[in-house]
Parts: sequence; C-alpha cells; structure tokens
Amino acid sequence: MSAASPRPAAGRSLPAAAPPGDPSVGAHLGLAAALLLLPAVASGFILVQIGAQSLILGLLALSLMVLAGYGGMISLAQITVAGIAGYTVAILGENSVAVHGFGWPWWLTVPVAITFAALGAALIGWISVRTQGIYTIMITLAIATAMSLFAQQNYTLFNGFEGFAGIPAPTLFGQRLRAPMAFYYLCLGVAALCYVAVLYGARSTFGLGLQATRDNQRRMRALGFDTTAHKVFAWFLAGIIAGLAGVLLVWFQGRISPGTIGVAAAINILVIAVVGGLRHPIGPFLGAVVVVLIQTFATDVVGAARHNTLIGITFLVIVYFSPDGLLGLWSRFQGQFRQNPLRPGDGA
Amino acid sequence: MTDAHPASRLSAEGATALDLRGVTKRFGALQALVGVDMRVRVGERRAVLGSNGAGKTTLFNAITGDFPCTSGRIRFFGDDITLLPAEERIRRGLRRTYQISQLFDGLSVRDSVFLACRGVSRRRLSLLRPRTDDSGMEQALRILQVVGLDDLRDQLVSVLSHGQKRQLEIALALAGAPRFILFDEPAAGLSPTERRDLVAILNALPAHVGYIIIEHDLDVALRVSEYVTMMHNGKIFKEGTPAEIEDDAEVQAIYLGHGHG
Repeated sequence: MSAASPRPAAGRSLPAAAPPGDPSVGAHLGLAAALLLLPAVASGFILVQIGAQSLILGLLALSLMVLAGYGGMISLAQITVAGIAGYTVAILGENSVAVHGFGWPWWLTVPVAITFAALGAALIGWISVRTQGIYTIMITLAIATAMSLFAQQNYTLFNGFEGFAGIPAPTLFGQRLRAPMAFYYLCLGVAALCYVAVLYGARSTFGLGLQATRDNQRRMRALGFDTTAHKVFAWFLAGIIAGLAGVLLVWFQGRISPGTIGVAAAINILVIAVVGGLRHPIGPFLGAVVVVLIQTFATDVVGAARHNTLIGITFLVIVYFSPDGLLGLWSRFQGQFRQNPLRPGDGA
Repeated sequence: MTDAHPASRLSAEGATALDLRGVTKRFGALQALVGVDMRVRVGERRAVLGSNGAGKTTLFNAITGDFPCTSGRIRFFGDDITLLPAEERIRRGLRRTYQISQLFDGLSVRDSVFLACRGVSRRRLSLLRPRTDDSGMEQALRILQVVGLDDLRDQLVSVLSHGQKRQLEIALALAGAPRFILFDEPAAGLSPTERRDLVAILNALPAHVGYIIIEHDLDVALRVSEYVTMMHNGKIFKEGTPAEIEDDAEVQAIYLGHGHG
C-alpha cells in the first residue's frame, strides 16, 4: 500500500486556513485514487493482510485519536469496545462452536452490535471522565483487563477461553464480503466514511467544544457547557467507530476470544495511534500501515523470536525523533521546504 | 446599607440582579469569605476593591459556582442558584472573566467566541459545522469587532499577546446576551491605550447589563463603577460611591496607602 504521493496537486495549493500538517484536498484525492486502484496491482494477500487489516486497526486507533487527540482522554479500552461488537456478532449471528449463535441476519446483528458497543463506550466514558491524564489510562486499562478476564472465565455468555470461531462474513448480492477484493473495499469504505466524518465533525460545535474542553475544562463550564456530558458523548461517538471496527475485525478473523480483547491488543492500538500521530485523523491509519507491515514481514526479516523487538525499536525511534508520531515528522519535513510566513508556528 | 444606595440612574426599588446572604467559603482552616451580604441591582455597575487575599476572586468563584460556597444563599434575578452547577448559572445569563486568562490555546480566536455563543444555546452538542450565515458565528464576529480582535479572528489563541488575551476574555463574557458579568481584574497588565479601550467597552455595554469589576487600578475602577464595595479579610467593611470611598480615611489607610493622589 505505497501511499503514492499525489505529486503536482499537493505541491501547488494548500488552503490558507489549513492548520499545519493538514493534508490538502489534492492529497486526499491522490490518496483516495491510490487506495481505490490498489486491487489492480496488489495480490489478495496484500489486500487483506496488509490493506484490510491496516484499515481495521486504523479505525480502532481513529476511535482512540478522537478521544485522545481532540478530547485529551487516552483510552486503553477501545479494543474492549470493539470486542463488545465482535462478541455480539458472534453470539447473535452464526458461529461454529455450537454455543449461542442465534443466526440473526447481518443487517440485524450489525446495528445491534454497534449500538451495544457505543453504549458500552459511553458507560466506560462516564466512569472514566472523572479522572484525568494518567488516571484515565489506568482506569481504562483496568476495565480492558477486567473485561478480557471476565470473557475468559465466563462460559455461559462468552464461551470462556475458547471464545467463538467460524463466524462468517455475510454474502451480499451473491458476493461473499470476505473475498479479498470485496473485503478490502468494504473496509476502505467504512474507514473513509469514518475518516471524513471525524474530519467534518472536528469543526462542528461539538468537535470544537471537545477540543476546547481538552484545553480548558473550567473555562468551558464558564461558557455554559456541561463538560461531563460533552466528554461522555465523545466516548459514545468514538464507540460507534470502534464498534464498526469490531464487526470488521470479527469478520476478518472469523473468530473472537479473550485474547482478541486482551491487554496486548489494547496496547497495540495505543502504539498504532502514537506511532501515527494524534493530531490528525490520518495519523492512526499511517501508524496502522507501519505496524501491520512490521508485524507481517518482521518474521521474514529478523525471525519470529525478534519481531516484537523490531516493533519496539521502531516505536522508540519514531517517538524519539517526533513525539507527534509520523504526522509530526511529515509536518516538520514540509516546514523545511515550504515555510509559510502567514502561518505562525509553522516550521518553528 | 442598600437604603443609602446612591446610584443615580437606578431607582431605589430597582429589581435585584444579584443577592448574596451570609455567603461563606472555607478552605480547610482558612475562612476566605465570612458571611458576605451583598445586593446588586439590575444594570448596576459595581467595583470591588481590596488588598490581595481579601476574598474578591473567591467571591466571584462562589457566585459563578467554580468553587461553590460553604454556606449562605445566592439569588440571581430572584432565583436561588446556590446549588446549581456552574454551567447552569452561565445559561441563566451570568458571565465572568478570569484574573489569569482561561482560554483555549488550540482554537482560533473566532472559534473560541463562537463556542461562547453556542454554550448558552441549545445546540451545544451539534455535530453540524456552523454555516457561514450561522447566527452564533455572526454574533462572534460582531463581538470581535467590539473588543477590537477582528483582524486576529483566524489566529490561534496561543499566539496572542497578553493584552489580546485579556480582550478575548472580555469577548467570551459578552457572548450570548449576558445579564450580569463578573470582571476579574480585566485591566491587569494592559498598556495605557488598552486600558482606555477597556473603559470604552465597559461604558458601551447595554444599560440593562450590570457588572461587578475587581480592579486594582483605582482610576479604571472609579471611572467604570457607580458604587464601590471594599473587602478586607473575607468581609465587606465599607460600601459607598466612588467619591465617598476615595475620601474615606480608613480606606486610605488600609488599601490606598499614601501614594494615591
């Protein structure tokens, strides 16, 4: 998935009001074209293992970016929210382990799964918005750990350690959605929709209010905003994104178990978001591509025993050179070559 | 004390905007406010003076609910607001500025004032982007003209100078039809020109909008207020017209010192 950089369009005109590091319309169109045309050149393995998986993990990291980047709330429970959606699909839909599997059609299980995920996220948010900074991380980590352990020990609902397998993706108009190209486009469509929605919503009253709450909660209250409601609503909306990712994840893997929503997975999402950068919704997807590429090919390069070491080193290097992740590197690179005197703080 | 209220353009039986009865604030062993009684009429402009630690800002925090009072009653336009959360008091028409600017560094000047306009509307959680003809956005631009930040509307708040941040503080307080405003040292650190602009803004407020201003600069305070409350050690110890306060020997001894002329 080489992000074939859109050459002439991006260089010429950046909208004057765009904040530093904001990709232009030209860059967006170029990226969209490259992603749409990827199936013409890439194998099924690349489309699903790299493409679809990056988009799904990118979506999960995007739901974290909304909370952390705009809201200043670092959540380790986004994988838990995705897990609520995933387990709901497994329980209400079909699975092969003969536990539950009510066989509901996908158009029923998916909305229910996403509703459960969003409500679950709002509940986690409501519990954690009383805390700030490191305490938010700790409380969401505790919730993620507890949920994973609960799923592992509960057999009546979650089928314990084994979880659920044989969860099929639906067939639509005779087309199996899990077929490589169809699944890639499905993930791309959902990711693009969420990305555009986040980009749009960031400038809405709610989005501006969330960023303002991050900057100064006391002042927001002194402007008439109920900051608790504002933040819980942010959790709810991020929960919809994480829920969508959870549905795609369970269709991608065909199975879900306590390990899917374990602490390692939770931290993986945080690593992706931080590697990519939390300032702009494109960051989580950049981070996901890098981490998925390393996870997929590191075994070939350094051997299976060392592949986590490679991820760790990459993480350290990126964060060392740019606390803003890849996005920060990119905007610094831009600033070196195109200093805009009308944009204070750029290239400083 | 309200009987002697001399504020000329306000009738003696004028409606009450703010009514404090026995307001007390305790921080552990410290009594920051000791049974404060205070009544401010609709449209009245009041200055609160007092040395550092007299309890002026604590009084503001109690009124707005930033840090609710320990005991006592606060009425705002007749309604008891003592137990209401801060944001609900703001929605009823109360506004404030902060002694140390409390702003949104990551937002533009215009978006900050736009949020202030939306905070008191019902569209606080709107997921729609404001259109160019949005009423809140239009009001925000009008307010920016009033406080003289029109040219800087697209700047990030973090790049503003100290004086510009103080102006933005005022702009946030003017948003969305305020009925009563608490100004906490708005002139602190301003240049003489900026001070003059500030006085002009305060004097240009609609007649029905009352305020309380905390101000160390006596020249500013006496020019923008009709009545003065002196605080000391968490208590009100003197109230009167600016002229009475200026001439009061006890006030001069405690607060003004010998340097005042």
